[in-house]
Amino acid sequence: MSELRYLAPHTLDEAIAAFAAAGSAARILAGGTDLLVQMRSGAVKPGLIVDIKKIAEMTAIEQTADGGFRIGAAVPGAVLSEHPRFGRAWPGVLEAVNLIGSTQVQGRASAGGNLCNGSPAGDSVPALVAAGAMVTLQGPNGRREIKVEDIPAGPGRTNLLPGEILVSFTLPPRPKGASDAYLRMIPRTEMDIAVVGVGVNLTIKDGVCTAARVGLGAVAPTVLLVEAAAKALIGSKLDDAALKAAASACSAACRPIDDKRGTIVYRTKVAGVLLKRTVAIAAARAREN
Amino acid sequence: MTKLHVSTTINGEPVEFLCDPGDTMLDALRGPLGLTGSKEGCASGDCGACSITLDDRLVCSCLMLAVEAEGRDLQTIEGMASGDRLHPLQQKFLEMAALQCGICTSGMLVASDALLRKNPKPSEEEVRFWLAGNLCRCTGYDKIVRAVMETADEMREAAQ
Repeated sequence: MSELRYLAPHTLDEAIAAFAAAGSAARILAGGTDLLVQMRSGAVKPGLIVDIKKIAEMTAIEQTADGGFRIGAAVPGAVLSEHPRFGRAWPGVLEAVNLIGSTQVQGRASAGGNLCNGSPAGDSVPALVAAGAMVTLQGPNGRREIKVEDIPAGPGRTNLLPGEILVSFTLPPRPKGASDAYLRMIPRTEMDIAVVGVGVNLTIKDGVCTAARVGLGAVAPTVLLVEAAAKALIGSKLDDAALKAAASACSAACRPIDDKRGTIVYRTKVAGVLLKRTVAIAAARAREN
Repeated sequence: MTKLHVSTTINGEPVEFLCDPGDTMLDALRGPLGLTGSKEGCASGDCGACSITLDDRLVCSCLMLAVEAEGRDLQTIEGMASGDRLHPLQQKFLEMAALQCGICTSGMLVASDALLRKNPKPSEEEVRFWLAGNLCRCTGYDKIVRAVMETADEMREAAQ
């Protein structure tokens, strides 16, 4: 058995050099709320753990020059919830991030870890997809920016290249009349994994929806961007016909599994129901902005 | 395996210990540090029996590597009472029988203390949500929630 090594570099270059050199035996440690469980169960036996929390960029929350936000990949949910402005601009993203686990888990777990863990049911992912967030990746061949929805490749798999580390999320500036929301369905009231998760981000101008994005989780091998649902909302006054069309588009996009939390039929139906409820919350918030 | 040397602060005291790179903070607390008040219930972050604070942030010590304690400030259940004087939460848990077997109690107390520091006047709903990651198989939770609410009332009165 090879020895486990632990590194906590202060710069991204050091982290990437070590991470890339160790190949598939290396794991990134942000909050550790997935990694330590996987190590404990024996599902993962890393040769190297690279703790990224001493790299300033990984734990920073910044407002960008254009009025958007950049969130370090390792920012814990509890820290994000205490930011004075983030939750007002992106209440849906924040409520999605804050649904990941218990108070204790919130003290450590990050949106970056949630995305890189690759679960189709990760709560923060549909909200970040709806937000139109971009992720910054850095690897041995430099930096690149890609859309959040292009990261998941399947259950437990991502499109990160070997040696690449997720550095941060960038959320665009907020126009007037814009807001978002996230709802998930779970069989319990707390501490469970989504059966369906819906993130909706929209802009309302003079009563008309002028922009919308819909992210759908836990109903396919990856979180989905449902463009047909957004299309049904845009240009409407979010009337019943538009909501029904958007809900149908969400149900049509579902390719779920049957498991103990929900059947295929149930998940498909609930995806539409949740879409309507999530739009209602996002719209109420948007009208106040 | 090469041991790592960690310098940290636990309950206000500077502490040094040796650990393996894969050891959790809970392993270190219950092993070389001899602080067995934090319990291992699930070892997967579900039960909260190992709750501690890390730089005043409530975490599960089973989901943190011991080596991550380097240079940080930890509080465990052992630091809650002042000598022989119990913390008001501890006293109230005893008075209201908010525990039976006791395995969850350290975690419940550490988590409740973290809540009252952040929010001295929580609603019942806020207490229940805050403690959703602390499992108790004995009490049915009501006695715990009531003990936390009542302690909060008394601590606010005492502070006035």
